Order: sequence, then structure tokens, then C-alpha cells
Amino acid sequence: MIEFRSVTKTYPDGTHAVADFDLVVPPHRTTVFVGSSGCGKTTLLRMINRMVEPTSGTIEIDGESILDRDAVRLRRSIGYVLQNGGLLPHHRVIDNVATVLRLDGVPKREARDRAMEVLDVVGLDRALAERYPSQLSGGQQQRVGVARALAADPNILLMDEPFGAVDPIVRAELQTETLRLQQELHKTVVFVTHDIDEAFLLGDQVVILEKCAQVAQVGSPSEIIENPASDFVASFIGTERGARALRTKQTDRGTVLVDTAGRTQGVLVEGAP
Amino acid sequence: MGLFGDAIAWIFSPDRQTGSLPLSEAIGTHLAFTVVSVLIAAAVAVPAGWLIGHTGRGREVAVALSGAARAVPSFGLVLLLVLVLGVTHKVGASTTAFVLLAIPPILAGAYSGVEAVDRRVVDGARSVGMTPAQVLGKVEVPLGLPLLIGGLRSATLQVVATVTLAGYVGSWGLGFYIVQGIQIRNFAQILGAALVIVVLAVVLDALFAILERLVVPAGVSARRAPEN
Repeated sequence: MIEFRSVTKTYPDGTHAVADFDLVVPPHRTTVFVGSSGCGKTTLLRMINRMVEPTSGTIEIDGESILDRDAVRLRRSIGYVLQNGGLLPHHRVIDNVATVLRLDGVPKREARDRAMEVLDVVGLDRALAERYPSQLSGGQQQRVGVARALAADPNILLMDEPFGAVDPIVRAELQTETLRLQQELHKTVVFVTHDIDEAFLLGDQVVILEKCAQVAQVGSPSEIIENPASDFVASFIGTERGARALRTKQTDRGTVLVDTAGRTQGVLVEGAP
Repeated sequence: MGLFGDAIAWIFSPDRQTGSLPLSEAIGTHLAFTVVSVLIAAAVAVPAGWLIGHTGRGREVAVALSGAARAVPSFGLVLLLVLVLGVTHKVGASTTAFVLLAIPPILAGAYSGVEAVDRRVVDGARSVGMTPAQVLGKVEVPLGLPLLIGGLRSATLQVVATVTLAGYVGSWGLGFYIVQGIQIRNFAQILGAALVIVVLAVVLDALFAILERLVVPAGVSARRAPEN
């Protein structure tokens, strides 16, 4: 469990990135921070592994303040996936994946063996192990980034817009993979995105943020869609447009659902599942 | 034969192997001055440059110092240091001058190499739990090596040319032939010695060009494999 307690981040030039933020991130679940750029969501994420230090307030992991822990040790115990992969360009895929294990002093052979297993877990061909990151596609690099984050088997996984830089087809594929991984691994995942559809797809708990990381609403995707807390949330999640604003239409074979553009999106199935 | 022919003949004349200053000895001294000066300069400038590049602090000072040092006339510096350190310390004085000349390009190569590393790569390295020393040693130094070698290259070229001035304060190096040649009006000797210096510079430059290619880390130079 990760707990934010009145966390504030003010930069030396006076800009407020985060103001008085409170949140409980439940264990073994995926929590998604979603908001427009500049809303402080990445700052929140990077405070969990002390890449950013809060100006005031505390962050606790399982009841222990992270500020009392050594930042380097803390980071090694938390998986972190960056938007661009953040891989070391001069290390082979296998050594990138083994990075954290090696930093923790695991012998090279053992670290490589475990890294190989993690490649299987994230669905990467072992034949790619000896390649360099520049020889991989964007989607493959992103999988290597996930593999690196998982290699030391951390309890917590931080993902900072990990699929922001890949094309929509690969993104959908990686999202499906993330869901599959999470079903197998049950990590405490904190995921940052600006894409509300991605947030609803991946999140057990979705946190919608306004400027300065003000929480607009926290809840499950269903709770948020069914009961948006404000006009901001309603507009942000797009309940008045696209595939989330559906009306019924009667046809000869029953009721179908139609979006605002007039496209039929699905069939209304009577009765609860 | 023209002056060039005379100069070539001077270089290959059997007299060059004997006399008060054999050519091989002059080349040896010239190279020794160069190598020692560059090594001393590197011992100072490389760690300083890495530190500046890694921390991002002190960059303005380094740029200002480098700029100022580049503007100092080398000949004046050599003579000044001989006067300051005394005529009994000519070797030390000349070497100090060459070291001072070599520092700015090496410093610039070291810090710009570290600075040129993609910030996202550095961020990734920190975020998986590398200590600052590990970030420097495992990421910034290897990825910044080509630019550092570039700095050593230009320092070496600058010094190998400037070591010629040592001939003014002592009877060492290829510069001595030039100084002596001016005094005795032996133009073949002046040009011959100058040609040898040029060849030395070109050879050193070529060696560094090869080295610069060799130190590019494998994954950075690796071409993208065809999609499969």
C-alpha cells in the first residue's frame, strides 16, 4: 500500500506542481493517474521512488515513510517503466533487463538467466536478447523496459506514460499484455497517462487530476462513468461525446446503442449477466 | 631542385643521424613533450570535465576559463613561464605552458561528452537505482567517450605544433632546427623540420581519428536491424 499524506511539491521558481495531495494506493491493484499535461501526475509518480522529493508531506509504503529510506535502495526495490524505455543504448537487451539484479550484486550468469525468464514473461523472443536497443522496434523497446522493471521482482511497478510513444496498434497490444501480466503477477501498479480510455482500460482505481494535482475524482472506471463528480470530470471523460455518449435505437431485431456520430456501437442485451 | 627538394634532401641526409642533435632524437623529444603534456593535462581536465558534466555545475566557469586560455599567446606564455620559473627550469616551464594549452580542449571534450548523453537515458539509469557514481561510470563516461577523444585529439594537435616553440628556450625538439635555421639562414633546414612536424601532426591526427571510431559504444553505432 502506498499512502500520500498532504504531499506538496513547489519548485524553487515558485511553480506549484502538487498542492496538498492525499491518496491511498491499494496493494496488488492498478491505480491510474490521468490528467492533461502539466497536471503534476508524473511528479506524483516520481515522488514514489524519490526521483522527485516532496517539499512537504509524507509518502509511506506499507506504513514506512520513504523519506527515511536510502533513495538508491528504494529505487532498486521499485520497478519503473519510462515513456521512452530509458534503456541504456550501449548495453544489450539482456544486460538492460539484468541491470537492477546486477546493481544488487547478483552474479552475472544468474542475473542473465533470470533476465531470460523475464523476457518470456513479457513476451519477447529470446533471440532478441543479444541485440542492442537501437536494433529493436518501439514496441519491443517498451517491452524491454517492462522486463527491466520486473526483473528484480518488485512489489511496486511505476509506469510513466509507457505507451505514449508507440503507434495505436502496438499500444493496444501492449495494453492487453499489461492486463495479462497484472492478472498473473498482482503487482501494485501506479500508471500515469493522459489517455482516459487507457486509464479506464487498465485501472482498478482511476484518479482524475486537475491543475496542481488536485483530485477531481477517485474511483473505479464504472463509478466515474456512472457518477462524474463534476462538469470537469464529465467533460474530461467525454460522457457527452464519442463512444461514451450512447442512446438507444429500436430496430427490427431489438435495441442497439448508437453514439453521437450516429454510428452503431453495440447491441443492448437485456437482463443482467 | 627547388626548396622543397632541398628540404626533403635535408630530412633524409645521413648528417641527420649524427651531429649535436640527431633528427630521431629531436622527434623523440618533440613527441615526449607532447605526450607528457597531454597526459598531465588529461589527468587534471578529464576528472574535472566529468564532474562538471555530471553535476551541471561550474560549466560557465569552465567555458570562461577555456575561452581565456585559448586567447593566451602560446609563445608569450612559454617565455613568461621561463622567466617566472627561472632559466634552470626550462623543461618544467615549457611543459607547464603546453599543459595549460592542452587543458581547455580536453576539459571541453570531457564535459560536453557527458552533457551530450541523452537526459532520458541518464534519468532511466537513476530511476532503476544507480548511484551517482554508477551513472557516471556506467553510462555517462562510456557514452561520452567519443567526444572526450575528440578533445584529446585537438589538444594533442595543438601541443604538437606548439612544442616547436620549445626550440626557442632550449635546444630540444624539432623547433630547434627551425630556430637555428633562421639564424644561419638555412631555409632547407627550416622547411625540412616544418615538414617533419606536419607529418607528425597528420599521423597523430589519423591515430586519434581511428581511436575516436573505436570508442563509439557498440549499441550506439549498431545499425537498426531489418524488421522481422
